[in-house]
Parts: sequence; C-alpha cells; structure tokens
Amino acid sequence: MAITIEAPRLVKAAPLLKAQNVSKTYGHVQAVKNVSSEVFPGEVLGIVGESGSGKSTFLRMLNLEETPDSGSYTLDLPEVDGNLFDLDRFARRMLCAKRIGIVYQNPHLGLLMKHSSSGNVAERLLVAGERRFSVLREKAQEALEASEFPVDRLDAPPIELSGGMQQRVQLAKAIALEPALLLLDEPTTGLDVSVQALVLDTLKRLQQERKITMVIVSHDLGVIRTLADRVMVMRRGEVVEAGLADQIFQDPQHAYTQQLVHAKL
Amino acid sequence: MSLSTLTKDWEPMSYGFLDPSAKREIRRKMLKAVAVPGCQMPYASREVPMARGWGTGGLQVSLTLINPETTVKVIDQGADDSVNAASIRRFLARVSGAPTTLDTLDADLIQSRHRIPEEKLREDQVLVLQVPNPEPLRPVQPNMSIARQMHADADYGRMWLQLYEQIVRSGRVMQGASYPSMVNGRHVMTPSPIPRWDVPKLHMAKHLTILSAGREKRIHAVPPFTRVEPLVFDDVPYKVEEHGDLTCVRSGAKGFFMNEIPQGDGSSTYEISDSEFGVKSIKQTEGTDTIFGETWYKNGEMS
Amino acid sequence: MTTVLEVQSLTKGFTMHHLGNHLAAFDQVSFNLKAGEFLLLKGQNGAGKSTLLRTLYRSYVAQSGKVIFHSQHGAIDLLSAADVDITMLRREEIGFVTQFLVARPRVSAEALVAEPLRMAGETAEAAMDEARKWLSAFGVKEDLWRAYPTTFSGGEQQKVNLARALILPQKLLLLDEPTASLDVKARAALVARLAQLKADGTAMIGVFHHPDDVAHLIDRVIDLTPGLENEEREDVVV
Repeated sequence: MAITIEAPRLVKAAPLLKAQNVSKTYGHVQAVKNVSSEVFPGEVLGIVGESGSGKSTFLRMLNLEETPDSGSYTLDLPEVDGNLFDLDRFARRMLCAKRIGIVYQNPHLGLLMKHSSSGNVAERLLVAGERRFSVLREKAQEALEASEFPVDRLDAPPIELSGGMQQRVQLAKAIALEPALLLLDEPTTGLDVSVQALVLDTLKRLQQERKITMVIVSHDLGVIRTLADRVMVMRRGEVVEAGLADQIFQDPQHAYTQQLVHAKL
Repeated sequence: MSLSTLTKDWEPMSYGFLDPSAKREIRRKMLKAVAVPGCQMPYASREVPMARGWGTGGLQVSLTLINPETTVKVIDQGADDSVNAASIRRFLARVSGAPTTLDTLDADLIQSRHRIPEEKLREDQVLVLQVPNPEPLRPVQPNMSIARQMHADADYGRMWLQLYEQIVRSGRVMQGASYPSMVNGRHVMTPSPIPRWDVPKLHMAKHLTILSAGREKRIHAVPPFTRVEPLVFDDVPYKVEEHGDLTCVRSGAKGFFMNEIPQGDGSSTYEISDSEFGVKSIKQTEGTDTIFGETWYKNGEMS
Repeated sequence: MTTVLEVQSLTKGFTMHHLGNHLAAFDQVSFNLKAGEFLLLKGQNGAGKSTLLRTLYRSYVAQSGKVIFHSQHGAIDLLSAADVDITMLRREEIGFVTQFLVARPRVSAEALVAEPLRMAGETAEAAMDEARKWLSAFGVKEDLWRAYPTTFSGGEQQKVNLARALILPQKLLLLDEPTASLDVKARAALVARLAQLKADGTAMIGVFHHPDDVAHLIDRVIDLTPGLENEEREDVVV
C-alpha cells in the first residue's frame, strides 16, 4: 500500500505554474502524454529523461513556442488569466518577453550571433517597450554582470565567444527583465566540464539571490541534482515518477528511474 | 444603334498608357494605403516601358493619377534635368497630354526619386516617391511572412536593436537614407531613400505622399496631416545632415540640403540638391522677379 | 515537554526492479519524541539505522505508517506531506547532519556555512560573522575559510559540513554518524553544540558509531536489530 502524497498544507502560496494534462502528438508519435505539474514560487523543478522522452517539447510548450493538442497551462501572475495556450500570438509574445526567460542548449536559437552581446540582452528590454538608450545599456550591463559575463566583452558578438560565454549571454537575456519563470533547456550540455560547473554555479547563485522559479530540463542527472528541489522523470512522453530531488536520486521507485540513476557515472 | 456607335473607336493605347483595369487596381490600393497610413499594400505592378528599379512603381501611380489638367513635375535626387527625370517627365506628358513644369509651386503632381522639394507642398499637391525596398524590416527579418506578422503585431523591437547596434559600434546612428519612421504611431515604414533631412518634412505635412515600389509590388502612403516620426531612442535625439550652414557655390542659397562636389585639392564645394530652387535663387540674384514658396527649413533649421 | 515527533508503525523496504526482489529494511517501528530529547538508534550494520533517518527526512519513501511532525505551523504527516511542505520544513525546522559534505564548486567554506542563516532571512554580514564563529569553534583553520571546500581533506570537509548543519537551531535534528572522521577538538565542539541545542529544546535522533562521546546526552535508545520484539525496541532507558 503506497502512501499518497497530499496537497500542500504548510505552504500557503499558490503554485506559480500549473500545467494540467498536457498532450502533444507529432503525426503518429505521442511526444507528450497527459503531463501535469505544479511549480511553486522560488522552486526549481528538474525534468530528466533520455532523448525523445518529451521533456524538451514540454518545456517549449511552457515557453508558449509550441501549442499542445490538449491541456491547460496557467501562471499565477496578475496580468494573465486562464489557459495560456489559448492566448493569441500577440499576447503570447508579450507574456514571454516580460515574464518568461529561456536558455536553450543551442545558443543559435536564443541569440543573434552577429549582434553585440549587450544588444542581445537589450533586445528583450526593447520588446518590452524600453526606448532609452542609456537605460538599455545600463540594464544590459547589469544583467550580463549578474551572469558573470566579463564587462570588457560587453559588445563582442556571441559568434566570437566561447560556448560557456554564449550561455551567459543567453542567461543575461533571460533574466534582464527579472522574469517570473526561467526555463532552461539543457543549459550546460556540450560545455567542458569545468565551464559546466561555472555555469551551474552562476545559475545556483542567481536562483538563491533572486528566488527565481525555474524549470530545468536535462539528461544530465548531475545538473539536475545540483539545481533542482524537485524532479520529474519522463519517459516516452509520460511522467513515470516525480518527487523531491534527493528522494528520486537516493530511493527511486520506478524501474526506469532506478535504471537511470544507476546508469549515472 | 449598333455596337460601333456605343463603343469608342479602337485606339493603339489607353489614355495614360495603363489600361483601365490596372488603374482601377492601383486606385483601390492607394485608397487602402491612405486608409491605413504606412501599411504596405500589395499590387500587381504592370509592365511599363522602363526597366524595373528605375521608378516603375512611381510611374504607375503617376499614370493613374494623371489627367490632361494635371501639371507634372519629375525630379531625380532633387534635379529636374537628370536623364531619368527628363525621360519620365516626357513620357508622362506624351501619354496624357498633361502640362509639365519645373517649379514646385506650379505642380499638381510631383514624382520624385530620393528627395522632397525644399519648398513646402500644399493640400492640393500630391507627392509620389519611388521606392526600391519598401520593407523596413528586411534588414532584421529576411523572411517576409514573418516580417508581415511583425508589422501586424507592431513588433518593432528589432528596429531599435539595429539603432542600438549602430550606436554601440560607431558611436552614432549610421542610418543615412531610408530612415525607418513610425507612421501615425502604428506602422513603421521606409520613407524611400530620402535623406534624414527630408523625413521631418513628411510629419504633419499638408500634402498627400504616395510611396510605390514597382519591383517589390507594394504601395504605402502618408496621408495629409499624419504623424511621421523617425525611430529614435528617447535620450538620443534625431539628427539631420549638417547642411544648415552650407552655401551653394552656384546659387548662393544657404541652409538647404546640398550635394557635395569633391575638388582636386581634396576640399569640397557644395551645390544645392533641389536644382529648381537653385535656379530660382540665381534668377533672383540676377534681378529677375522670382516667386519663392515657403520653405520647410528656414536658416538651416526645420521650422 | 511537548511532543515533536510521533512515529507510528513505520515500515520501509527497497524494491530493486533490475534484480526483481524486495529488501526489507525495518518493519513497524513506532516511537514518540519530545522537545529536547535525544534518541540513539542502535543495531548492527544493515539494521536500517541510517535508512530510518532518511525515511524520516523523506529522502527515502516509506511503505506504510505515519510520521506526525508537530511543526510551528501545525501537525503534519511527513510521509504524505507535499514536496513543497517538506522543502519548507527542511529549510526551517528539520536538520540533517551526514558524514558527507555536498560541496558546490566555487562556494567558499564560510559562504557555505552562512547559507542556511541567509536563507532564514539573516543579513549577509551577520550570517557571515556567525559562520566564521562556528568554523572557528569546529577548528577549521582561518586560512581555509575563504577557500573552496571541494578541495579539502575529508576531516576538514566534515567540519564545514557540521558547522553548516548546526548553525541554525532546528526543531528536529537527524544525526547520521556526525563524529566519523573527526579529530578530538572538533568532536568536543560538536558535543558541546549538541548539548546546547538540546538544552534549547531541539529534539534529536542520532546514529553514532561510538556513542560514548554523546553518552551523557542520550535519553533513550532504540535497537533496530531484526528479530527483536517491538516492545523491546521501544523506550529502552540507558
């Protein structure tokens, strides 16, 4: 007889993010199947699973880049109401620009590679309506510094930067407007181990200092372990197990999770 | 009664060269363009006896608007006497019987490439500008379908990003001609490659401006008394070319947009770009009675 | 004294899917714990002492039973509480001291120790002062305070770990062999800190290889050795 987990009783705050029964098919492939999740303010949710498990698709839906076949998604923010999947293109763009930050594994997806790094960060502020050059410059610099980007390279285009630095520019862009929700899609995959540690450390520090709510997707359990409070394990589009991060890693219940955890070096 | 009495005799060419259906389409598209200031309206763009890219867009609009009473002026980079301007002027007169003029004040219809005359235009005048690239978003969004969505959403952040990049790299906004401008607070348009000097002339102007791109098949318009605001940062003011203090070596006119004439010794002299204004200035100096219209710039300052 | 924890018929085992078997850890454990009480878990290796601590901390999933924790926000069953509630309790009321330090790259020893205080709302300055005080009490050399503990020896890491775990008084403290690999001075500091916390009302459950160090603190002992009757396990007074 397994013990059923109850609804929160001590934490009075409402969840910031609520996704319910989100499903998405591509042709015959069910990419995401009935995924539900809640993330509370300041919490870090990790999503793990192998390639093709649907974790990145789910994240892209949270970034409103992709529309699911069914399901609902709400954010507890004063300016939005109801299912965010029903928003029109314009409202989506404004919401994403102002409230949701994202860091992609591939910096080409998130950055203009030939524009200056500070310009990449400033773009987000421009979309949100900032029209003062001095303010753009100042805020872009602040965000880049918070992401531990070297100040003397402020105006270097990302194409001239190393992978780790490119991720910092993406991160600065994501946090420039102090988003309510930060989405991270394999933010350190493909980086050298030492650079990976530095980026993770920056993320951890930002999370602690700014209490940003994060959803981080990775197939790297080490990354999830370092950052996440809670973990959701996905396989073939479905959530097979969810729980506190240390519980998932120390006492995985599902056969697939056990296999995943034991496979870690 | 027979069919021949009801119909006109066969003619080798329609009045004003374009056939009536082509004109009707352009009239409709012009009305649409006026109704939504700054918004690009697609049109068919017929063949005219001129190569695409030489002002076919402007020519089609002129041919549609023209009638035997329309006085026509054609300018190319400010000059009435360049080959291109002279050819278009002659063609317009030939196919419509319309009178032509060089004087801005006398013109009803002004077709222009890359300049707006220095004398203020009136409510009864129409300015037709030839446009090579009507899409201001092209440098930031090569995909035209996405660019149209961006117009629909008024998603112009990237335009400012372009200005940001220029200031960061060069210390100032480098955009010379075709300075992107917000029309009626809604659509960003390219005002055709007129210099920065001319953009303020469109703002709340009394005349109607129609901008037509023949190769790209787009018409947009600035109706009379419509706001045209160059995109700028709130704290980096818009600057026109520093021609306010320059004097024309031939006419002595001062405080207008000039063409730079490089000299053998490395220095430069300047000639007024609006050639007919220069001619008027010379006539005045010679003692001929000349009527000047009110100018947009006075003493080198926009008034 | 007020009751802090009520453990009722707690059962835990591990299902290992790849081996296709089930391994029982402990069965039907029940006990109560009051504020300021120190409970020692006894039993041979593999009896499930650490497992019990981790089950109470929710790092392990229990099979059945109830663990009622009387938090300042009211009573709650730790086994079925929502994850966010557990996270909050771990931050505010339940501490866990292990022999292993979870160091993070590029975080100095003093910052690591000060972190729980900062999270609890202390100013960075005050938290840092307190952190240095405890590093010094546990005998970490001053030169090391600003260094990164990832590079420390096992013993030094353990001291940083203890300072971090014990800096903020908690309502319930779970101790998993905290004295392992400690030198005499650090051990003395630890015992002194535990005595102080106990006097201030912290309830503690501990697993110790050499319980002699803390013998004078122990109020009760529970023996988890399999085969013993439930009644014998409960409330054995030393």
